[in-house]
Amino acid sequence: MQRTTMDLWVGLFVITGIIALMILSLKVGNLNVYNPSQSYVITGNFENIGGLKVRAPVKSAGVVVGRVTDIQFSTQTYDAVVTMNMDSRFPFPKDTFASILTAGLLGEQYIGLAAGGDEVMLKNGDKIMKTNSAMVLEELIGRFLFNKAAEDDSF
Amino acid sequence: MPRRIVSAVQHIGHRVIESIWRLGYASRFFILVLLKSGTSLRRFGLVMRELYFTGVLSLIIIVVSGLFVGMVLGLQGYETLQKYGSESAVGTLVALSLVRELGPVVAALLFASRAGSAITAEIGLMKATEQLAAMGMMAVDPVARVVAPRFWAGVISMPFLAAIFSVMGVFGGYLVTVVFIGVDEGSFWSQMQSAVDFRFDILNGFIKSCFFGVAVTAIAVFEGYDAPPTAEGVSGATTRTVVTSSLVILGLDFILTAFMFRGVS
Repeated sequence: MQRTTMDLWVGLFVITGIIALMILSLKVGNLNVYNPSQSYVITGNFENIGGLKVRAPVKSAGVVVGRVTDIQFSTQTYDAVVTMNMDSRFPFPKDTFASILTAGLLGEQYIGLAAGGDEVMLKNGDKIMKTNSAMVLEELIGRFLFNKAAEDDSF
Repeated sequence: MPRRIVSAVQHIGHRVIESIWRLGYASRFFILVLLKSGTSLRRFGLVMRELYFTGVLSLIIIVVSGLFVGMVLGLQGYETLQKYGSESAVGTLVALSLVRELGPVVAALLFASRAGSAITAEIGLMKATEQLAAMGMMAVDPVARVVAPRFWAGVISMPFLAAIFSVMGVFGGYLVTVVFIGVDEGSFWSQMQSAVDFRFDILNGFIKSCFFGVAVTAIAVFEGYDAPPTAEGVSGATTRTVVTSSLVILGLDFILTAFMFRGVS
């Protein structure tokens, strides 16, 4: 086989391989190039995080604005400290309300942010003061049964 | 009677020493190949020629089997997932199983039987026909001239082949579930994209395929170089290459998976 033809085929092979890797990362993996300088870190204390996991999305109005990067347990307040990496294109007011929500009935859990009205924006390393815990199905059922029993007693 | 027992124990000991010696020989040969690969990296034309034989000619089998594995995954995943009404998650299923496991592992198994056996047979036959000895006579180092280019060509082409396999598999799954069955295209891609992570899934799959490439070609090259210089010896070495590298791929896959995905949800 001619040397140049072989080089051509090998070149095509390598280019195909690189294109395949790029398709995997961009189309399948949806790689967002998160530049550390273009993001800010905020934390929030939650009484109960339910099934929240690291890398879960942080959404506001359904749009992904950040990711959960770390979940720790605090022995000072005995609750969970969730660290979120936020896209710096989306600054949020200081009195933003963070709650742990579930996508669908049995879907994955994410953090939903509802913006407040404060003039001051959250800065890198700030802490969200207003948080709402995850909805735990067992507690809900327990509360429902308790209310039901109370209703029955009143008759 | 005691003599028989002694000889049986001796036999076991001989086998153990033999296999450990062979393992050590293989490792020393591997280091020798690494040390002498300077020539093949300087004269990259040598590697180019081997890249053509190991990489380009393996493309057809990789592309076709990737496509069919993806199509079967799509069909089977759809059959099970639609019972729970979550057939749009079939994209996640296909992409995760291909990128994490099937892409690197099946591509490496195919690569071992397609290219690894060819490398072993070629080097073994060169040894049997005393071409390697003739090279040595002409002061051409056969390890640097024959073995190292084949090794590097295999190491380079394996990650590309695994990536092509995964992409063809995802395309096959897309073809079956979205085009033929009619799963919603938007949710197919968006569920896949939200579930597949670059660092945890794609990068780890890539690292896996690099490990497999090194393992398969190192075994193939060693078996060929070590083959007894007879027709029977070469055929035995070729068989050993395929068997050993398949077992090593599966074992290595378990170890790598345990390191990479333990504790990662």
